[in-house]
Amino acid sequence: MDELRQVILDYVTREYLEEGDDRVVGVDTPLISSGIVDSFSMVSLKLFLERRYSLRIPDADASTEAFDSVERIAALVERLGGVPQPAIAGARRQP
Amino acid sequence: MTFSDVLRQRYRDELQALAEAGLLKQERTICSAQGAEIVVEFPEGAPHKHVVNLCSNNYLGLSSHPDVIDAAQQGLLNRGYGLSSVRFICGTQDLHHDLERRLTIFLGTEDSLLFPSCMDANAGVFEAVMGEADVLIADRLVHASIVDGMRLCKAQQDTYKHSDMAHLEEKLQFHQDKRARLIITDGVFSMDGDLARLDRIVELAQRYDAMVCVDDSHATGFIGRTGRGTHEHCGVLGRVDLITTTLGKALGGASGGCVSGRRELVEMCRQRARPYLFSNSVPPMIVAAALEVLKLVQAGTERRDKLEVNTRYWRRLLREAGFDVKPGESPIVPVMLYDARLAQLMARDLYDEGVYVVGFFFPVVPKGQARIRTQLSAAHERHHLDAAIEAFVKVGRKHAVLGKSRQELLELVGP
Repeated sequence: MDELRQVILDYVTREYLEEGDDRVVGVDTPLISSGIVDSFSMVSLKLFLERRYSLRIPDADASTEAFDSVERIAALVERLGGVPQPAIAGARRQP
Repeated sequence: MTFSDVLRQRYRDELQALAEAGLLKQERTICSAQGAEIVVEFPEGAPHKHVVNLCSNNYLGLSSHPDVIDAAQQGLLNRGYGLSSVRFICGTQDLHHDLERRLTIFLGTEDSLLFPSCMDANAGVFEAVMGEADVLIADRLVHASIVDGMRLCKAQQDTYKHSDMAHLEEKLQFHQDKRARLIITDGVFSMDGDLARLDRIVELAQRYDAMVCVDDSHATGFIGRTGRGTHEHCGVLGRVDLITTTLGKALGGASGGCVSGRRELVEMCRQRARPYLFSNSVPPMIVAAALEVLKLVQAGTERRDKLEVNTRYWRRLLREAGFDVKPGESPIVPVMLYDARLAQLMARDLYDEGVYVVGFFFPVVPKGQARIRTQLSAAHERHHLDAAIEAFVKVGRKHAVLGKSRQELLELVGP
């Protein structure tokens, strides 16, 4: 798995799975249609991607279909020309 | 003809799809006043049935209180039926100001503004006080009206895991570059009945320079020692910047809501909140009745105390019978069944046994979290709850759910 997909996968796991949730999320796991991410909490993911990859995701691109798996999200970031930024303060939980 | 056959068929197909997915909502007709025991006709044309009501928001039992009805009648006689105007043109009466003052005192805030409903309050408040340079940070289980209100606001939006204070703290750190931060939460969460950790939220807000907004619709009138709400319960009276709440639940149950809080924020709502600006004033009889409700609520704590006793009693009965009950202290007591079909079947059987409850399942609650939500009222007497538990046990035995863990319940119904 490349770094882009790994970063997104890590974020999704940390951001959306509750403690004790043993569901395994892979790059092709449906996120929204499976109920892991709902359309309301999806905004967190959009904000993270915009800051982490220094891009602006137009509302038309931020669809539930485009956000339904790590693979699709990564493809969207690639299509929009995302450039990785240094890790974000506050985006990673303190140990 | 603008409503063509093609269009008609499209809507019929959509409704059919809802029905096939088991998502079609059907109203049951109540042929009595609201109360602990009601008369229901369901399905349409069926004989009227007396049932114990365990699913209304009539927490204090004031929906049909004689003093409240009398106050509504006086309001109707003295100030008329309607205002035929929005508030700022010619729709503000002395009663509206009286009620806003009384709400401010009761909630321990600086100012209050009435809205046609709390749905409207939530739809209008965020857009009125937060702009593009700001951020809204909401608990992921807030009420749908807050979600809608956030979508109408130009501020950036973020969410934190339900009641997860470490996650909220991360988000507050993440958004330190914004002009202003507003943390948004329900006081009591309507599906689980758990309370927000407002003391911790206020502490974090102070540390990270954020404001706090609480929707206390399922708390105002009965949560806290004197029923002022979640902020009283958590010891942060006067430290919550915005409270939205309703007159449509414990406070008489008719309609109406309000935004209450810092004077300047409330004034921004008066100037800018579109549901306030473009809706008719709350009718005089509802305002007059709400004034009487506040008088009753502030005269003593008997009703909220009785509600607390009823809640504890009901929780104990359910647990002792072997039901899986979500822990908590609010009068919202969810009986967990996890499977949507099981929740629906049990709710239907309970109705046949004389208990009116509703099954909740996805998308109202997360997948695999289906439940029957029961709600207590100060209007319930012991005999209502004893009759209800008898029915629950009978139906629970029929479906073999008593004493079962989550895993066992899921295995019961299969994939």
